[in-house]
Amino acid sequence: MSDATGAFTSDIAAGGATRDVYRPGHGHGSAHGWATGHGQGGPASKFVTVAYGFWIFLLSDIIMFSAFFAAYAVLARATAGGPTGRELFDLTRVAVQTGLLLTSSFTGGLATLAIHRRSMAGTQFWLLVTGLLGAAFLFLEVQEFAAMAAEQAGPSRSAFLSAFFALVGCHGTHVSLGLLWLGTMMAQLWVKGFRPEILRRLHCFGLFWHALDIIWVAIFTLVYLLGASP
Amino acid sequence: MLGKLDWSAIPFDQPIPLGAALIVFLAAAAVLGWITVKGYWPYLWHEWITSVDHKRIGVMYIVLAMLMLLRGFVDAIMMRTQQVLAIHGPGYLPPEHYDQIFSAHGTIMIFFAAMPFVIGLMNFVVPLQLGIRDVAFPTLNSVSFWLTATGALLVNISLVVGEFARTGWLPYAPLSETTYSPGVGVDYYLWSIQISGVGTLLTGVNLVTTILKMRAPGMGYLRMPMFCWTSLASNLLIVAAFPILTATLAMLTLDRYLGFHFFTNEAGGNQMMFVNLIWAWGHPEVYILVLPAFGLYSEIFSTFSSKPLFGYRSMVAATLFICVVSFMVWLHHFFTMGAGADVNAAFGIATSVIAVGTGVKVYNWLFTMYGGRVRFDTPMLWALGFVTTFTIGGMTGVLLAVPPADFMLHNSLFLVAHFHNVIISGVLFGAFAGFTYWFPKAFGFRLHEGWGKAAFWFTLAGYMLVFVPLYIVGLLGMTRRLQHIDMDMWAPYLVVAAFGILVMIVGAACQITQLVVSIRRRDELRDETGDPWDGRSLEWSTSSPPPVFNYARLPQVENEEPYWTIKQRALEEQSPDDEESYEPIEMPRNSPTGFVTAFFSTLVGFALIWHIWWLAIVGFIGAYATFVVFAWRDHGDYEIPADEVARIDGDRKAAQLAWLRRRERVA
Amino acid sequence: MTDIDSRIDEDLDRRDSAPGEETITEHEPAGGLTGYLLGFGLAILLTIASFLAAQTDLIYQPAVISALVVLAIAQMGVHLVFFLHLTTGSDNTNNVLALAFGVLIVALVVLGSIWIMGHLNQNMAPMSAHQAEMMP
Repeated sequence: MSDATGAFTSDIAAGGATRDVYRPGHGHGSAHGWATGHGQGGPASKFVTVAYGFWIFLLSDIIMFSAFFAAYAVLARATAGGPTGRELFDLTRVAVQTGLLLTSSFTGGLATLAIHRRSMAGTQFWLLVTGLLGAAFLFLEVQEFAAMAAEQAGPSRSAFLSAFFALVGCHGTHVSLGLLWLGTMMAQLWVKGFRPEILRRLHCFGLFWHALDIIWVAIFTLVYLLGASP
Repeated sequence: MLGKLDWSAIPFDQPIPLGAALIVFLAAAAVLGWITVKGYWPYLWHEWITSVDHKRIGVMYIVLAMLMLLRGFVDAIMMRTQQVLAIHGPGYLPPEHYDQIFSAHGTIMIFFAAMPFVIGLMNFVVPLQLGIRDVAFPTLNSVSFWLTATGALLVNISLVVGEFARTGWLPYAPLSETTYSPGVGVDYYLWSIQISGVGTLLTGVNLVTTILKMRAPGMGYLRMPMFCWTSLASNLLIVAAFPILTATLAMLTLDRYLGFHFFTNEAGGNQMMFVNLIWAWGHPEVYILVLPAFGLYSEIFSTFSSKPLFGYRSMVAATLFICVVSFMVWLHHFFTMGAGADVNAAFGIATSVIAVGTGVKVYNWLFTMYGGRVRFDTPMLWALGFVTTFTIGGMTGVLLAVPPADFMLHNSLFLVAHFHNVIISGVLFGAFAGFTYWFPKAFGFRLHEGWGKAAFWFTLAGYMLVFVPLYIVGLLGMTRRLQHIDMDMWAPYLVVAAFGILVMIVGAACQITQLVVSIRRRDELRDETGDPWDGRSLEWSTSSPPPVFNYARLPQVENEEPYWTIKQRALEEQSPDDEESYEPIEMPRNSPTGFVTAFFSTLVGFALIWHIWWLAIVGFIGAYATFVVFAWRDHGDYEIPADEVARIDGDRKAAQLAWLRRRERVA
Repeated sequence: MTDIDSRIDEDLDRRDSAPGEETITEHEPAGGLTGYLLGFGLAILLTIASFLAAQTDLIYQPAVISALVVLAIAQMGVHLVFFLHLTTGSDNTNNVLALAFGVLIVALVVLGSIWIMGHLNQNMAPMSAHQAEMMP
């Protein structure tokens, strides 16, 4: 694991596959590391399995968001005489939030590149930047929620606001959990180094963080831009 | 300090729940005491509670499912007797108690009996059939199981502490909102389903990954056993549908706890949105339950007809067709809600179309038996009982798919009879068939045939006696969930249905007797070969019970019926496989993570139900700490040395050689 | 060796990619740091385009919704390709299929709910706009 090659391909996977739990490794030696795209090669490496499992989990998470999106779409006009999106949404803040989250997705990518180089300092630095950008995003969201609640536009005011707070709040909760995960991972990486299981988890975190950005794209378009446009 | 919890939560004034709780409590205390006296705790802790072996977890799922099945069955008995005793009278159950019973019956049967049974079977069988050593994420598997157990525990706590929901098995808003259900009943429902739902979702992720990424060498998609295909479809549905349930129940929770207005009557809330969303989960859920049963019936029909499955590829196509279309029919649960003709017609047609997939399967099963040498062992009896009665249920379903007919029959006992007809023959018979079929694989001895057959015939007869009258009485206009009955016209049918449930009680008693008798006579029922039914798929190639690593060497798969090929080859060559070289095997270490997480989530659930906020926070922190401790460990695996593997596999090979010699003598 | 056997051997040489795993080399335009920079730039451009489309009169008003949806889908595509490294290669088939299934379910749930609930509203007793606004 220690020799840091510049190759992008499967350097993590190879580390995982050398001593794979599910691979008996005889009578089949040539197929080491070959996986199941067409179903013939035997169990996939631990790296592919873990990442794929997390991918499936992310899909389920996105489907959960779709239920909140559906509720928002149906209830968006049910303002019950209360304030509407046009009166409430501050697009400048949303633009800043979008920029923060997008940049943190990008720095997350830079962290991935640093991981490929096995650079502890680089990885920790970019992960920290990613986390700080995420925290700034979250701060703006909390500020927005607090301002709305102060204007008597909290979630109990109307079904529209209930759906809004639930949808955006669900995304915010995911970002918060992501930050908790990120902090834990940074500590673990610091203590344990680039071990195969830590590399797998960091990869999953990357998937999670990019997915949150994709969901935010849907939120700022469908909720904020459409809600604030005339 | 304790939120809403005080002594008034315990129903001292209601003898029935109190008595029931006392009996359950005494029984549990007796079992725990017996374990303590016998000193079985260390064994249970090391071998079962902390086990991450998919076989052990599968068995625990099924034990949980059977206990909950009994609990749900008791509820069913109470409902049937109440309806007979309450003809022109009050019966013995007051309305608020009766409402809890039908809500608990549905909730327990779907979430804590049917789901764990099906998931338990998939957990046990899928890795064996795929020819691999465990599921993709063994520790996560243990977490899933214990979270399901937490949900079941919370539902059963509601029997004594507080109350259960009175809103039906799906808590339709606005009845389930705080305005109309101020008590903790709905909260018990919400948190137990949310917690067990997380467990189910994780199982779905786990098994999808296992099936798509971890098959034995050579096992392409079109060589997977049918049960693996239907498990894949079922788990894809879990992954796609359960998040919708989580989101919907989260919205109801926000309404109840934080004054949101998703489904309320006030402030623009829309209660129809609840019905819409819950059924967007609810219909796929039906197929989540029945698809694995379809798969195991396929295995059983093929094995006991001594023939390959007829139309394997059409079966795969039908499975995937059902998997996708099951997401396009949910509106048929609420045709009467007021959508216009376009919407109702589109969903009505989609509902009729989905029956085609099942029709293909039924014909394939029939043609599998055609020309085969059919053996009528107990699993086959359940399968035959399924295919005959399920067809009736399917046809009444197509009838209900016609919106005008549904307007007449909606919420009548005809509907109740329909879904019991499909779910009992589909899922319950499937569970029993799978249980009898794979029991020898799990424990190394068969179940007693005589008692099994008796259980089948009593259950089949009882089930028909209960539900055929309910079809008729539904057509006569009786609606569901009636606590008392004033129509003389309905009385005879209800009496027959109550008699039917007596017959089903006999069936259940036979089932329990079968288990007890089989365990006592396990030595005569012992299966040495690992292949008691002359099976065709890989799980029969290893010994019974399988070693912890399932296979000493991962089998090489060449076609859809790998073990059949291995057996034929062994017979031709007159010798079993004689590979001598073994390598050490790494297996995942046992871990208490699942149990500890479940302990904390029980705390969280109970605390949130009773608004004990500090305890909820403690529980959350505990669960997080558990995960960190798990993530921090240095050694996730242990190694089984090569000579140990060789020794264990030697026993299997000796048994196979004995089998070969026997076959030779017969020939 | 038969034809079928040789085909199986070819299949063995193909390894599945993990979701999000980068399998292209850094010498290609979408690889490595260049890839992330390209994705970042495209995403910024698309975001700015979205805000402009919504806030200015650059786009014919009734078409704003469609434009926003198209831009959002484009940006999601950029994220998938440049950040999550999704490709059309056979090593990615499993990942893309899973994603497609997810997208199908999302579409069914969202569009189905909007259709069903819209239909319900049409069938409600007629209500003036003022009444609807004043609903409790």
